[in-house]
Amino acid sequence: MMDMIQTEKLIFEYEKRDEDGNVIGTSRAIDGVDIDVKEGQFIAVLGHNGSGKSTFAKHLNAILVPTDGTVWVDGRDTKEPEELWNVRQSAGMVFQNPDNQIIGTVVEEDVGFGPENLGVPTDEIWQRVEESLKAVGMLSYRHHSPNKLSGGQKQRVAIAGVVAMEPKCIVLDEPTAMLDPVGRKEVLKTVQRLREEKKVTVILITHYMEEVVDADKIYVMDHGKVVMEGTPREIFSQVEKLKQYRLDVPQVTILADELKKRGLGIPAGILRKEELAECISSQYTHGNRTGMDG
Amino acid sequence: MIRDITIGQYYPAKSILHRLDPRVKLVSTLLYLVSLFLFRSIAGYLVATLFLIGIIRLSRVPFGYIVKGLKPVIMLLMITVVFNLFLKKEGEVLVHIWRLSITTAGLRNAVYMAIRLIYLIIGSSLMTFTTTPNELTDGIEALLNPLNKIRVPVHEVAMMMSIALRFIPILLEETDKIMKAQQARGADFESGNIIQRAKAMIPILVPLFVSAFRRANDLAMAMEARCYRGGEGRTKMKPLRYKGRDRAAYVMIAVYVAAVVAIGRYVPLKIWIF
Repeated sequence: MMDMIQTEKLIFEYEKRDEDGNVIGTSRAIDGVDIDVKEGQFIAVLGHNGSGKSTFAKHLNAILVPTDGTVWVDGRDTKEPEELWNVRQSAGMVFQNPDNQIIGTVVEEDVGFGPENLGVPTDEIWQRVEESLKAVGMLSYRHHSPNKLSGGQKQRVAIAGVVAMEPKCIVLDEPTAMLDPVGRKEVLKTVQRLREEKKVTVILITHYMEEVVDADKIYVMDHGKVVMEGTPREIFSQVEKLKQYRLDVPQVTILADELKKRGLGIPAGILRKEELAECISSQYTHGNRTGMDG
Repeated sequence: MIRDITIGQYYPAKSILHRLDPRVKLVSTLLYLVSLFLFRSIAGYLVATLFLIGIIRLSRVPFGYIVKGLKPVIMLLMITVVFNLFLKKEGEVLVHIWRLSITTAGLRNAVYMAIRLIYLIIGSSLMTFTTTPNELTDGIEALLNPLNKIRVPVHEVAMMMSIALRFIPILLEETDKIMKAQQARGADFESGNIIQRAKAMIPILVPLFVSAFRRANDLAMAMEARCYRGGEGRTKMKPLRYKGRDRAAYVMIAVYVAAVVAIGRYVPLKIWIF
Protein backbone atom coordinates (compact mmCIF):
# COMPACT_ATOMS: atom_id res chain seq x y z
CA MET A 1 0.00 0.00 0.00
CA MET A 2 1.20 3.45 -0.81
CA ASP A 3 1.79 6.11 1.80
CA MET A 4 -0.96 8.68 1.66
CA ILE A 5 0.40 10.93 4.34
CA GLN A 6 3.71 10.79 6.05
CA THR A 7 5.25 13.24 8.47
CA GLU A 8 8.80 13.15 9.69
CA LYS A 9 9.96 15.00 12.80
CA LEU A 10 7.29 17.62 12.18
CA ILE A 11 7.81 20.74 14.26
CA PHE A 12 5.71 23.88 14.22
CA GLU A 13 6.38 27.00 16.26
CA TYR A 14 4.23 30.03 16.84
CA GLU A 15 5.85 33.37 17.49
CA LYS A 16 4.74 34.87 20.76
CA ARG A 17 4.33 38.61 20.64
CA ASP A 18 3.85 41.27 23.30
CA GLU A 19 1.24 44.01 23.01
CA ASP A 20 3.37 46.10 20.66
CA GLY A 21 3.84 43.17 18.32
CA ASN A 22 7.48 42.48 19.20
CA VAL A 23 8.52 38.85 19.16
CA ILE A 24 9.19 37.73 22.70
CA GLY A 25 9.74 34.08 22.06
CA THR A 26 8.35 31.04 20.36
CA SER A 27 5.99 28.36 21.49
CA ARG A 28 5.95 24.87 20.07
CA ALA A 29 2.51 23.73 18.97
CA ILE A 30 3.83 20.57 17.37
CA ASP A 31 6.95 18.92 18.61
CA GLY A 32 8.45 16.16 16.53
CA VAL A 33 5.46 14.26 15.20
CA ASP A 34 5.96 11.16 13.04
CA ILE A 35 2.81 9.82 11.50
CA ASP A 36 2.30 7.36 8.71
CA VAL A 37 -1.03 6.94 6.94
CA LYS A 38 -1.55 4.32 4.24
CA GLU A 39 -4.01 4.69 1.39
CA GLY A 40 -7.58 3.79 2.34
CA GLN A 41 -6.98 3.81 6.06
CA PHE A 42 -9.14 5.45 8.69
CA ILE A 43 -6.88 7.27 11.10
CA ALA A 44 -7.98 9.17 14.18
CA VAL A 45 -6.04 11.81 16.04
CA LEU A 46 -7.24 12.35 19.60
CA GLY A 47 -6.33 15.08 21.99
CA HIS A 48 -7.88 17.60 24.35
CA ASN A 49 -8.04 21.34 23.56
CA GLY A 50 -4.62 22.82 22.95
CA SER A 51 -2.92 19.49 22.34
CA GLY A 52 -1.82 20.62 18.89
CA LYS A 53 -4.14 18.35 16.96
CA SER A 54 -5.81 21.13 14.95
CA THR A 55 -2.46 22.70 14.13
CA PHE A 56 -1.38 19.29 12.95
CA ALA A 57 -4.47 18.97 10.74
CA LYS A 58 -3.70 22.28 9.05
CA HIS A 59 -0.32 20.91 7.99
CA LEU A 60 -1.94 18.15 5.97
CA ASN A 61 -3.58 20.72 3.70
CA ALA A 62 -0.57 23.05 3.52
CA ILE A 63 -2.49 25.82 5.29
CA LEU A 64 0.45 25.76 7.65
CA VAL A 65 3.90 24.63 6.62
CA PRO A 66 6.32 23.02 9.06
CA THR A 67 8.92 25.11 10.89
CA ASP A 68 11.09 22.01 10.77
CA GLY A 69 10.68 18.49 9.50
CA THR A 70 8.64 17.38 6.51
CA VAL A 71 5.07 16.51 5.57
CA TRP A 72 4.42 14.41 2.46
CA VAL A 73 0.91 14.27 1.11
CA ASP A 74 0.51 11.68 -1.62
CA GLY A 75 4.27 11.81 -2.13
CA ARG A 76 4.41 15.60 -2.38
CA ASP A 77 6.36 17.80 0.00
CA THR A 78 3.98 20.47 1.35
CA LYS A 79 6.85 22.93 1.65
CA GLU A 80 7.26 23.13 -2.13
CA PRO A 81 5.28 26.16 -3.36
CA GLU A 82 4.59 24.61 -6.77
CA GLU A 83 2.97 21.58 -5.12
CA LEU A 84 0.61 23.69 -2.98
CA TRP A 85 -2.54 23.28 -5.09
CA ASN A 86 -1.87 19.61 -5.77
CA VAL A 87 -1.52 19.00 -2.05
CA ARG A 88 -4.76 20.83 -1.33
CA GLN A 89 -6.55 18.85 -3.99
CA SER A 90 -5.32 15.48 -2.76
CA ALA A 91 -6.11 16.21 0.89
CA GLY A 92 -9.48 17.89 1.29
CA MET A 93 -10.27 19.54 4.57
CA VAL A 94 -13.47 19.90 6.59
CA PHE A 95 -13.40 22.40 9.43
CA GLN A 96 -15.15 22.71 12.76
CA ASN A 97 -17.57 25.58 12.21
CA PRO A 98 -20.12 24.68 9.53
CA ASP A 99 -21.18 28.30 8.99
CA ASN A 100 -17.70 29.58 8.31
CA GLN A 101 -16.80 27.20 5.53
CA ILE A 102 -19.84 27.40 3.29
CA ILE A 103 -19.23 29.95 0.56
CA GLY A 104 -22.27 29.48 -1.65
CA THR A 105 -25.75 30.74 -0.89
CA VAL A 106 -27.33 27.70 -2.47
CA VAL A 107 -26.23 24.20 -1.50
CA GLU A 108 -25.31 23.08 -5.02
CA GLU A 109 -23.35 26.26 -5.75
CA ASP A 110 -21.29 25.72 -2.63
CA VAL A 111 -20.48 22.15 -3.60
CA GLY A 112 -19.47 23.44 -7.04
CA PHE A 113 -17.05 25.97 -5.58
CA GLY A 114 -14.12 23.57 -5.26
CA PRO A 115 -14.36 22.07 -8.76
CA GLU A 116 -14.72 25.61 -10.17
CA ASN A 117 -11.45 26.56 -8.54
CA LEU A 118 -9.79 23.49 -10.01
CA GLY A 119 -10.86 24.49 -13.51
CA VAL A 120 -13.10 21.47 -14.07
CA PRO A 121 -15.28 21.79 -17.22
CA THR A 122 -18.89 22.86 -16.60
CA ASP A 123 -20.60 19.56 -17.47
CA GLU A 124 -18.29 17.64 -15.22
CA ILE A 125 -18.89 20.09 -12.35
CA TRP A 126 -22.61 19.32 -12.49
CA GLN A 127 -21.91 15.62 -12.54
CA ARG A 128 -19.54 15.88 -9.57
CA VAL A 129 -21.94 18.06 -7.59
CA GLU A 130 -24.75 15.61 -8.08
CA GLU A 131 -22.58 12.64 -7.19
CA SER A 132 -21.14 14.17 -4.05
CA LEU A 133 -24.49 15.43 -2.81
CA LYS A 134 -25.82 11.92 -3.31
CA ALA A 135 -22.84 10.47 -1.45
CA VAL A 136 -23.64 12.54 1.65
CA GLY A 137 -27.39 12.08 1.28
CA MET A 138 -28.16 15.76 0.66
CA LEU A 139 -29.25 15.63 -2.96
CA SER A 140 -32.83 16.64 -2.16
CA TYR A 141 -31.53 19.83 -0.55
CA ARG A 142 -29.54 20.98 -3.55
CA HIS A 143 -31.59 24.11 -4.15
CA HIS A 144 -31.85 25.07 -0.48
CA SER A 145 -30.11 27.92 1.27
CA PRO A 146 -27.41 26.65 3.67
CA ASN A 147 -28.71 29.05 6.34
CA LYS A 148 -31.87 27.01 6.68
CA LEU A 149 -30.10 23.71 7.29
CA SER A 150 -29.28 22.10 10.63
CA GLY A 151 -25.69 21.93 11.84
CA GLY A 152 -25.30 18.30 10.82
CA GLN A 153 -26.73 18.98 7.37
CA LYS A 154 -24.43 21.98 6.88
CA GLN A 155 -21.47 19.84 7.82
CA ARG A 156 -22.58 17.20 5.30
CA VAL A 157 -22.74 19.91 2.63
CA ALA A 158 -19.22 20.95 3.60
CA ILE A 159 -18.11 17.32 3.23
CA ALA A 160 -19.81 17.14 -0.18
CA GLY A 161 -17.91 20.29 -1.16
CA VAL A 162 -14.67 18.49 -0.41
CA VAL A 163 -15.74 15.21 -2.03
CA ALA A 164 -16.57 17.09 -5.25
CA MET A 165 -12.89 17.94 -5.55
CA GLU A 166 -12.20 14.19 -5.67
CA PRO A 167 -9.47 14.11 -3.06
CA LYS A 168 -7.68 10.89 -2.18
CA CYS A 169 -7.82 11.79 1.44
CA ILE A 170 -10.22 13.79 3.62
CA VAL A 171 -9.06 15.48 6.80
CA LEU A 172 -11.85 16.30 9.22
CA ASP A 173 -10.82 18.79 11.87
CA GLU A 174 -13.26 18.35 14.75
CA PRO A 175 -16.23 18.22 12.40
CA THR A 176 -18.67 17.36 15.18
CA ALA A 177 -17.48 19.72 17.91
CA MET A 178 -20.24 22.26 17.31
CA LEU A 179 -23.05 19.80 16.63
CA ASP A 180 -25.79 18.24 18.73
CA PRO A 181 -25.79 14.45 19.21
CA VAL A 182 -28.10 13.91 16.23
CA GLY A 183 -25.87 16.00 13.97
CA ARG A 184 -22.82 14.17 15.22
CA LYS A 185 -24.31 10.82 14.32
CA GLU A 186 -25.28 12.11 10.87
CA VAL A 187 -21.78 13.31 10.12
CA LEU A 188 -20.08 10.16 11.37
CA LYS A 189 -22.41 7.96 9.36
CA THR A 190 -21.65 10.04 6.27
CA VAL A 191 -17.93 9.67 6.81
CA GLN A 192 -18.30 5.93 7.22
CA ARG A 193 -20.32 5.72 4.01
CA LEU A 194 -17.67 7.63 2.11
CA ARG A 195 -15.01 5.26 3.32
CA GLU A 196 -16.99 2.28 2.14
CA GLU A 197 -18.20 3.67 -1.17
CA LYS A 198 -15.40 5.94 -2.31
CA LYS A 199 -12.52 4.21 -0.54
CA VAL A 200 -11.04 7.54 0.52
CA THR A 201 -8.46 7.81 3.24
CA VAL A 202 -9.96 9.53 6.27
CA ILE A 203 -8.14 11.37 9.01
CA LEU A 204 -10.47 12.35 11.81
CA ILE A 205 -9.28 14.86 14.37
CA THR A 206 -11.48 14.86 17.45
CA HIS A 207 -11.70 14.77 21.19
CA TYR A 208 -14.70 12.46 21.33
CA MET A 209 -13.41 8.96 21.86
CA GLU A 210 -16.71 7.34 20.86
CA GLU A 211 -16.11 8.51 17.30
CA VAL A 212 -12.91 6.61 16.78
CA VAL A 213 -13.80 3.02 17.71
CA ASP A 214 -13.77 2.00 14.02
CA ALA A 215 -10.42 3.59 13.26
CA ASP A 216 -7.60 1.49 11.86
CA LYS A 217 -5.16 3.35 14.03
CA ILE A 218 -5.36 6.03 16.69
CA TYR A 219 -2.80 8.64 17.61
CA VAL A 220 -3.19 10.51 20.90
CA MET A 221 -1.59 13.92 21.06
CA ASP A 222 -0.66 15.98 24.09
CA HIS A 223 1.44 19.13 24.22
CA GLY A 224 2.31 18.82 20.56
CA LYS A 225 3.66 15.28 20.83
CA VAL A 226 2.22 11.91 19.91
CA VAL A 227 1.99 10.23 23.28
CA MET A 228 0.12 7.05 22.38
CA GLU A 229 -0.50 5.17 19.15
CA GLY A 230 -2.13 1.91 18.30
CA THR A 231 -5.37 0.19 17.39
CA PRO A 232 -8.53 1.30 19.21
CA ARG A 233 -8.35 -1.77 21.42
CA GLU A 234 -4.77 -1.08 22.39
CA ILE A 235 -5.53 2.54 23.15
CA PHE A 236 -8.82 1.97 24.96
CA SER A 237 -7.30 -0.62 27.24
CA GLN A 238 -5.16 2.03 28.92
CA VAL A 239 -7.93 3.87 30.71
CA GLU A 240 -5.77 5.48 33.39
CA LYS A 241 -3.32 6.85 30.85
CA LEU A 242 -6.15 8.29 28.71
CA LYS A 243 -7.63 10.04 31.72
CA GLN A 244 -4.25 11.52 32.42
CA TYR A 245 -4.33 13.11 28.95
CA ARG A 246 -7.71 14.61 29.82
CA LEU A 247 -9.67 12.54 27.32
CA ASP A 248 -13.22 11.49 28.01
CA VAL A 249 -13.08 7.74 27.99
CA PRO A 250 -16.41 6.24 26.85
CA GLN A 251 -18.61 5.07 29.71
CA VAL A 252 -18.73 1.49 28.49
CA THR A 253 -14.93 1.32 28.47
CA ILE A 254 -14.75 2.71 32.00
CA LEU A 255 -17.42 0.27 33.19
CA ALA A 256 -15.60 -2.65 31.62
CA ASP A 257 -12.37 -1.47 33.15
CA GLU A 258 -13.92 -1.20 36.62
CA LEU A 259 -15.49 -4.65 36.30
CA LYS A 260 -12.17 -6.05 35.21
CA LYS A 261 -10.47 -4.50 38.21
CA ARG A 262 -13.01 -6.19 40.46
CA GLY A 263 -11.94 -9.48 38.99
CA LEU A 264 -14.58 -10.12 36.35
CA GLY A 265 -13.04 -11.95 33.41
CA ILE A 266 -13.39 -9.20 30.86
CA PRO A 267 -10.70 -8.40 28.30
CA ALA A 268 -9.09 -4.96 28.27
CA GLY A 269 -10.18 -2.28 25.80
CA ILE A 270 -13.91 -2.84 25.41
CA LEU A 271 -15.20 -0.46 22.74
CA ARG A 272 -18.92 -1.08 22.39
CA LYS A 273 -21.91 -1.72 24.63
CA GLU A 274 -22.83 -4.89 22.72
CA GLU A 275 -19.35 -6.21 23.20
CA LEU A 276 -19.51 -5.74 26.96
CA ALA A 277 -22.98 -7.23 27.15
CA GLU A 278 -21.79 -10.29 25.28
CA CYS A 279 -18.76 -10.68 27.54
CA ILE A 280 -20.91 -10.57 30.65
CA SER A 281 -23.60 -12.89 29.33
CA SER A 282 -21.05 -15.42 28.09
CA GLN A 283 -19.64 -15.54 31.61
CA TYR A 284 -22.99 -16.75 32.83
CA THR A 285 -23.91 -19.14 30.05
CA HIS A 286 -20.57 -20.89 30.28
CA GLY A 287 -21.01 -21.22 33.99
CA ASN A 288 -17.80 -19.36 34.46
CA ARG A 289 -18.36 -17.51 37.71
CA THR A 290 -14.80 -16.34 38.23
CA GLY A 291 -14.77 -13.45 40.61
CA MET A 292 -18.52 -13.44 41.03
CA ASP A 293 -18.49 -15.09 44.42
CA GLY A 294 -16.65 -12.34 46.18
CA MET B 1 -37.02 42.01 14.88
CA ILE B 2 -33.58 42.49 13.40
CA ARG B 3 -33.89 39.26 11.46
CA ASP B 4 -36.75 40.74 9.47
CA ILE B 5 -34.42 42.68 7.22
CA THR B 6 -34.95 41.23 3.78
CA ILE B 7 -33.04 43.70 1.60
CA GLY B 8 -30.42 41.98 -0.48
CA GLN B 9 -31.72 38.51 0.29
CA TYR B 10 -32.55 35.80 -2.18
CA TYR B 11 -36.08 34.46 -2.22
CA PRO B 12 -36.15 30.97 -3.74
CA ALA B 13 -39.06 30.46 -6.12
CA LYS B 14 -39.63 29.12 -9.61
CA SER B 15 -40.46 32.09 -11.79
CA ILE B 16 -39.44 33.39 -15.18
CA LEU B 17 -37.66 36.21 -13.38
CA HIS B 18 -35.60 33.76 -11.38
CA ARG B 19 -34.51 32.05 -14.57
CA LEU B 20 -33.44 35.20 -16.41
CA ASP B 21 -29.77 35.84 -17.04
CA PRO B 22 -28.37 37.99 -14.20
CA ARG B 23 -26.88 40.40 -16.73
CA VAL B 24 -30.36 41.13 -18.06
CA LYS B 25 -31.64 41.74 -14.56
CA LEU B 26 -28.74 44.01 -13.66
CA VAL B 27 -29.01 46.12 -16.78
CA SER B 28 -32.81 46.24 -16.53
CA THR B 29 -32.74 47.25 -12.88
CA LEU B 30 -30.31 50.03 -13.67
CA LEU B 31 -32.46 51.26 -16.56
CA TYR B 32 -35.57 51.05 -14.41
CA LEU B 33 -33.96 53.08 -11.62
CA VAL B 34 -32.83 55.76 -14.05
CA SER B 35 -36.24 55.79 -15.73
CA LEU B 36 -37.89 56.74 -12.44
CA PHE B 37 -36.23 60.13 -12.66
CA LEU B 38 -36.98 60.83 -16.30
CA PHE B 39 -40.60 61.99 -16.04
CA ARG B 40 -42.57 64.46 -13.97
CA SER B 41 -46.22 63.79 -14.61
CA ILE B 42 -48.67 61.45 -12.99
CA ALA B 43 -49.13 59.57 -16.25
CA GLY B 44 -45.54 58.44 -15.99
CA TYR B 45 -46.13 57.19 -12.46
CA LEU B 46 -49.09 55.18 -13.63
CA VAL B 47 -46.98 53.45 -16.29
CA ALA B 48 -44.19 52.79 -13.78
CA THR B 49 -46.69 51.41 -11.28
CA LEU B 50 -48.25 49.07 -13.81
CA PHE B 51 -44.82 47.87 -14.86
CA LEU B 52 -43.78 47.28 -11.26
CA ILE B 53 -46.97 45.38 -10.45
CA GLY B 54 -46.40 43.23 -13.52
CA ILE B 55 -42.84 42.46 -12.47
CA ILE B 56 -43.89 41.64 -8.91
CA ARG B 57 -46.51 39.21 -10.23
CA LEU B 58 -43.96 37.63 -12.54
CA SER B 59 -41.43 37.23 -9.74
CA ARG B 60 -43.80 35.16 -7.54
CA VAL B 61 -42.31 36.81 -4.47
CA PRO B 62 -45.14 37.45 -1.99
CA PHE B 63 -46.07 41.13 -1.78
CA GLY B 64 -45.94 41.08 2.02
CA TYR B 65 -42.37 39.86 1.90
CA ILE B 66 -41.40 42.74 -0.38
CA VAL B 67 -43.13 45.28 1.89
CA LYS B 68 -41.24 43.89 4.86
CA GLY B 69 -38.05 44.87 3.09
CA LEU B 70 -39.16 48.49 3.17
CA LYS B 71 -39.28 48.66 6.95
CA PRO B 72 -35.64 49.49 7.62
CA VAL B 73 -35.73 52.43 5.20
CA ILE B 74 -38.88 54.04 6.62
CA MET B 75 -36.78 56.47 8.64
CA LEU B 76 -34.91 57.62 5.56
CA LEU B 77 -38.19 57.91 3.70
CA MET B 78 -39.73 60.05 6.43
CA ILE B 79 -36.76 62.42 6.48
CA THR B 80 -36.94 62.87 2.71
CA VAL B 81 -40.68 63.48 2.84
CA VAL B 82 -40.46 66.00 5.68
CA PHE B 83 -37.68 67.96 4.01
CA ASN B 84 -39.51 68.07 0.72
CA LEU B 85 -42.78 68.96 2.40
CA PHE B 86 -41.58 71.99 4.33
CA LEU B 87 -38.64 73.37 2.42
CA LYS B 88 -40.24 73.96 -0.96
CA LYS B 89 -41.57 77.52 -0.99
CA GLU B 90 -43.16 77.73 -4.43
CA GLY B 91 -46.81 77.49 -5.28
CA GLU B 92 -49.99 78.03 -3.33
CA VAL B 93 -49.83 77.69 0.46
CA LEU B 94 -52.03 74.84 1.64
CA VAL B 95 -51.38 74.71 5.37
CA HIS B 96 -49.63 77.15 7.63
CA ILE B 97 -48.32 76.01 11.01
CA TRP B 98 -46.19 78.40 13.08
CA ARG B 99 -43.32 79.34 10.78
CA LEU B 100 -43.67 76.32 8.55
CA SER B 101 -45.92 76.08 5.58
CA ILE B 102 -46.81 73.36 3.17
CA THR B 103 -47.18 74.48 -0.40
CA THR B 104 -48.66 72.64 -3.38
CA ALA B 105 -45.21 72.24 -4.87
CA GLY B 106 -43.89 70.94 -1.56
CA LEU B 107 -46.67 68.38 -1.23
CA ARG B 108 -46.21 67.29 -4.82
CA ASN B 109 -42.46 66.89 -4.43
CA ALA B 110 -42.83 64.99 -1.16
CA VAL B 111 -45.30 62.51 -2.61
CA TYR B 112 -43.33 62.04 -5.83
CA MET B 113 -40.10 61.56 -3.93
CA ALA B 114 -41.66 59.01 -1.60
CA ILE B 115 -43.07 57.04 -4.51
CA ARG B 116 -39.79 57.18 -6.37
CA LEU B 117 -37.82 55.95 -3.37
CA ILE B 118 -40.26 53.15 -2.63
CA TYR B 119 -40.26 52.03 -6.28
CA LEU B 120 -36.49 52.27 -6.33
CA ILE B 121 -36.14 50.03 -3.31
CA ILE B 122 -38.76 47.56 -4.47
CA GLY B 123 -37.21 47.45 -7.94
CA SER B 124 -33.71 46.78 -6.72
CA SER B 125 -34.78 44.31 -4.06
CA LEU B 126 -36.76 42.40 -6.69
CA MET B 127 -33.46 41.88 -8.43
CA THR B 128 -31.80 40.44 -5.33
CA PHE B 129 -34.91 38.41 -4.44
CA THR B 130 -34.79 36.66 -7.79
CA THR B 131 -31.03 36.36 -8.26
CA THR B 132 -28.77 34.23 -6.09
CA PRO B 133 -25.73 36.13 -4.91
CA ASN B 134 -23.55 33.83 -6.97
CA GLU B 135 -25.48 34.67 -10.13
CA LEU B 136 -25.32 38.32 -9.18
CA THR B 137 -21.58 38.07 -8.79
CA ASP B 138 -21.27 36.33 -12.14
CA GLY B 139 -23.43 39.01 -13.75
CA ILE B 140 -21.46 41.89 -12.30
CA GLU B 141 -18.24 40.19 -13.20
CA ALA B 142 -19.32 39.66 -16.79
CA LEU B 143 -20.63 43.22 -17.19
CA LEU B 144 -17.56 44.81 -15.67
CA ASN B 145 -15.12 42.51 -17.40
CA PRO B 146 -13.88 45.23 -19.79
CA LEU B 147 -12.51 47.03 -16.70
CA ASN B 148 -10.10 44.14 -16.21
CA LYS B 149 -7.98 45.66 -18.95
CA ILE B 150 -7.31 48.70 -16.80
CA ARG B 151 -6.37 46.41 -13.91
CA VAL B 152 -9.54 46.67 -11.87
CA PRO B 153 -9.76 43.41 -9.87
CA VAL B 154 -13.28 42.69 -11.10
CA HIS B 155 -13.45 39.06 -10.00
CA GLU B 156 -12.20 39.83 -6.50
CA VAL B 157 -14.68 42.67 -6.01
CA ALA B 158 -17.53 40.48 -7.22
CA MET B 159 -16.49 37.64 -4.92
CA MET B 160 -16.33 39.98 -1.93
CA MET B 161 -19.83 41.21 -2.67
CA SER B 162 -21.30 37.75 -2.88
CA ILE B 163 -19.65 36.72 0.38
CA ALA B 164 -20.91 39.85 2.10
CA LEU B 165 -24.44 38.97 1.00
CA ARG B 166 -24.07 35.39 2.19
CA PHE B 167 -23.05 36.58 5.65
CA ILE B 168 -25.81 39.14 6.17
CA PRO B 169 -28.24 36.66 7.75
CA ILE B 170 -25.50 35.04 9.82
CA LEU B 171 -24.31 38.35 11.22
CA LEU B 172 -27.89 39.49 11.86
CA GLU B 173 -28.54 36.37 13.85
CA GLU B 174 -25.36 36.99 15.77
CA THR B 175 -26.36 40.60 16.50
CA ASP B 176 -29.66 39.33 17.81
CA LYS B 177 -27.87 36.87 20.06
CA ILE B 178 -25.42 39.46 21.40
CA MET B 179 -28.25 41.92 22.06
CA LYS B 180 -30.17 39.31 24.00
CA ALA B 181 -27.08 38.41 25.97
CA GLN B 182 -26.48 42.07 26.85
CA GLN B 183 -30.14 42.61 27.70
CA ALA B 184 -30.08 39.60 29.97
CA ARG B 185 -27.34 41.37 31.86
CA GLY B 186 -29.30 44.58 32.16
CA ALA B 187 -28.31 46.52 29.05
CA ASP B 188 -30.96 48.99 27.91
CA PHE B 189 -31.22 49.73 24.19
CA GLU B 190 -34.67 51.29 24.10
CA SER B 191 -34.66 54.30 26.39
CA GLY B 192 -32.71 57.54 26.44
CA ASN B 193 -31.98 60.03 23.72
CA ILE B 194 -30.24 59.30 20.46
CA ILE B 195 -26.73 59.74 21.88
CA GLN B 196 -27.43 57.46 24.82
CA ARG B 197 -28.89 54.87 22.50
CA ALA B 198 -25.92 55.12 20.18
CA LYS B 199 -23.63 54.60 23.15
CA ALA B 200 -25.62 51.54 24.16
CA MET B 201 -24.78 50.05 20.75
CA ILE B 202 -21.04 49.92 21.49
CA PRO B 203 -21.22 46.75 23.59
CA ILE B 204 -23.01 45.14 20.65
CA LEU B 205 -20.68 46.35 17.94
CA VAL B 206 -17.41 45.36 19.61
CA PRO B 207 -18.18 41.64 19.99
CA LEU B 208 -19.88 41.67 16.60
CA PHE B 209 -16.75 42.99 14.91
CA VAL B 210 -14.53 40.55 16.77
CA SER B 211 -16.64 37.63 15.67
CA ALA B 212 -16.91 38.95 12.10
CA PHE B 213 -13.13 39.05 11.84
CA ARG B 214 -12.87 35.56 13.26
CA ARG B 215 -15.40 34.34 10.71
CA ALA B 216 -13.56 36.11 7.90
CA ASN B 217 -10.37 34.39 8.96
CA ASP B 218 -12.03 30.96 9.05
CA LEU B 219 -13.72 31.52 5.73
CA ALA B 220 -10.53 32.61 4.01
CA MET B 221 -8.87 29.46 5.29
CA ALA B 222 -11.75 27.28 4.10
CA MET B 223 -11.63 28.93 0.66
CA GLU B 224 -7.91 28.39 0.35
CA ALA B 225 -8.29 24.80 1.48
CA ARG B 226 -10.69 24.36 -1.43
CA CYS B 227 -8.05 25.65 -3.82
CA TYR B 228 -9.42 29.15 -4.31
CA ARG B 229 -6.73 31.31 -5.91
CA GLY B 230 -8.56 34.20 -7.51
CA GLY B 231 -10.36 34.34 -10.83
CA GLU B 232 -7.60 32.97 -13.01
CA GLY B 233 -8.09 29.47 -14.38
CA ARG B 234 -11.48 29.19 -12.75
CA THR B 235 -14.34 27.52 -14.60
CA LYS B 236 -18.01 28.16 -13.98
CA MET B 237 -20.65 25.78 -12.77
CA LYS B 238 -23.31 28.05 -14.20
CA PRO B 239 -21.76 29.93 -17.13
CA LEU B 240 -23.81 32.83 -18.48
CA ARG B 241 -25.44 32.26 -21.86
CA TYR B 242 -28.16 34.47 -23.28
CA LYS B 243 -31.32 32.62 -24.22
CA GLY B 244 -34.47 33.64 -26.07
CA ARG B 245 -36.22 34.86 -22.94
CA ASP B 246 -33.24 37.08 -22.09
CA ARG B 247 -33.43 38.83 -25.43
CA ALA B 248 -37.18 39.22 -24.99
CA ALA B 249 -36.57 40.77 -21.56
CA TYR B 250 -34.12 43.28 -23.05
CA VAL B 251 -36.76 44.27 -25.61
CA MET B 252 -39.39 44.59 -22.88
CA ILE B 253 -37.31 46.85 -20.69
CA ALA B 254 -36.43 49.03 -23.69
CA VAL B 255 -40.12 49.33 -24.57
CA TYR B 256 -40.94 50.19 -20.97
CA VAL B 257 -38.31 52.92 -20.73
CA ALA B 258 -39.41 54.44 -24.01
CA ALA B 259 -43.06 54.29 -22.97
CA VAL B 260 -42.58 55.72 -19.51
CA VAL B 261 -40.50 58.62 -20.80
CA ALA B 262 -42.83 59.39 -23.70
CA ILE B 263 -46.04 59.11 -21.69
CA GLY B 264 -44.58 60.73 -18.59
CA ARG B 265 -43.46 63.75 -20.54
CA TYR B 266 -46.04 64.24 -23.22
CA VAL B 267 -49.36 62.90 -21.95
CA PRO B 268 -51.02 65.81 -20.16
CA LEU B 269 -52.83 64.10 -17.32
CA LYS B 270 -53.52 66.10 -14.21
CA ILE B 271 -55.30 65.15 -10.99
CA TRP B 272 -55.66 68.04 -8.53
CA ILE B 273 -52.14 69.33 -7.93
CA PHE B 274 -50.34 66.27 -9.29
